[in-house]
Amino acid sequence: MHNNVIEQRSLGVAVAAGQGAALTLSEVRKHYGARRVIENIDLALAPGEFVAIVGRSGCGKSTLLRAIAGLETLDGGAITGAGEVRMMFQEARLLPWKTVLDNVRLGLDGDPGQALEALRAVGLEDRAGDWPAALSGGQRQRVALARALVHQPPLLLLDEPLGALDALTRIEMQRLIESLWLACGFTAVLVTHDVQEALALADRVLVIEDGGIALDVAVDLPRPRARGAPFAALEQRLLDRLLQN
Amino acid sequence: MKRASSLAPWALPIALIVLWEVAARVGWLSSRILPEPLAVSRAFWTLGASGELFIHLRTSLWRAIAGFAIGGGLGLLLGLLTGSVRRAETLLDTTLQMVRNIPALALIPLVILWFGIDETAKLFLLAVGVFFPVYLNTFHGIRSADQGLVEMARSYGLRGWPLYRDVILPAALPSILVGVRFALGLVWVLLIVAETISAQAGIGYMTMNAREFLQTDVVLVGILLYALLGKGADVLARWLEKRCLRWNPAYA
Repeated sequence: MHNNVIEQRSLGVAVAAGQGAALTLSEVRKHYGARRVIENIDLALAPGEFVAIVGRSGCGKSTLLRAIAGLETLDGGAITGAGEVRMMFQEARLLPWKTVLDNVRLGLDGDPGQALEALRAVGLEDRAGDWPAALSGGQRQRVALARALVHQPPLLLLDEPLGALDALTRIEMQRLIESLWLACGFTAVLVTHDVQEALALADRVLVIEDGGIALDVAVDLPRPRARGAPFAALEQRLLDRLLQN
Repeated sequence: MKRASSLAPWALPIALIVLWEVAARVGWLSSRILPEPLAVSRAFWTLGASGELFIHLRTSLWRAIAGFAIGGGLGLLLGLLTGSVRRAETLLDTTLQMVRNIPALALIPLVILWFGIDETAKLFLLAVGVFFPVYLNTFHGIRSADQGLVEMARSYGLRGWPLYRDVILPAALPSILVGVRFALGLVWVLLIVAETISAQAGIGYMTMNAREFLQTDVVLVGILLYALLGKGADVLARWLEKRCLRWNPAYA
């Protein structure tokens, strides 16, 4: 029921479907001194694809995402097609001195109509005039999502944005992200340590190990994903790989 | 109940004043040491009625405001500069940190030699004293701005002045206001000393003059005026904080 409501709302976002970016990484390398964080990663994403990157802490998955966002300089290789990127961080990173609406409008000029529309899509239009300090953690991430989507990005990067939320809010947020992704058609890259989350959202799950892609699994399950036997089998396979070392 | 609790902070000062009055009437306190509160309020009234009080008050207020504006303004500008531009920090900060360790009041002999004993000398002392709290806190506020927010804003396309106006400056504002509040407290202390150097008007002059003639009641009027002005400055600073930092639950 709740999901339906959100999906109906999301149709209000004035974003043309099928405008996702095609992203290509070729031989991307990143070193910190002698430590090789990312080593020769090749990756191609189809427009509108939802890819999840999982891996243990310190495997380089966040660095890879930040490299795609242009927040890290590369030590080799190239990333093409990233274009205008929007990123959701682990913390919402809302400006505490701006109202919810003005946070969503950050970097936009003129008419607040679009920003209000985006807030409506995440179900928070009635909080438009509040300070971020008055919101819960889940609501703050929803505002951050609206702020990212209002720019109609061809590529959305998600750096464990749900990591700090409680279990129920996480599931709610996953459904919201999925419905907005279906409605808007952007390409999405999600970094997470949660295998279930990766399987609930992604078309394709990558396991990163020692700075390289160790496993590339297509998730061919109907949406919205139910936690059935095929889901469990995939989860087991990914967990086995992650726990190998 | 609510009324009682709002009056509670005043209970002790009122009790002290009553005790003081009684002690003066009974003769425990000589008026040479401490005149009774009634005499002080009489002096207040006389000075006010003759208009003398307002001349002194206006002179002192003007000095405080001008000194604060010059010193605080320069502190803010230089703090913003060294906080935002690495090269400016390299060039200026070491020098400023050295000068900071000289107490403003230690400059008095030099200031008198440079500027004589007129207004410029007083304003210079005030400005030097007020400069450093504002400078240091502005610098610190800019430097400790949340880098996560700056990174986010950059990735949303904010550069240059919009980044400064929407992210860095508001992030530094709580710290800048701490500096302003500190400076507002300091300005009165410096003013008292500056006005005793040699002045023709001002509360400090009035007080020093009264001391010469053993008018302890007028001396007390001067001291009370400083207390009131200091309190006024503090109220102003709090109001500024409350207004500028509405978004912060710690100040709302």
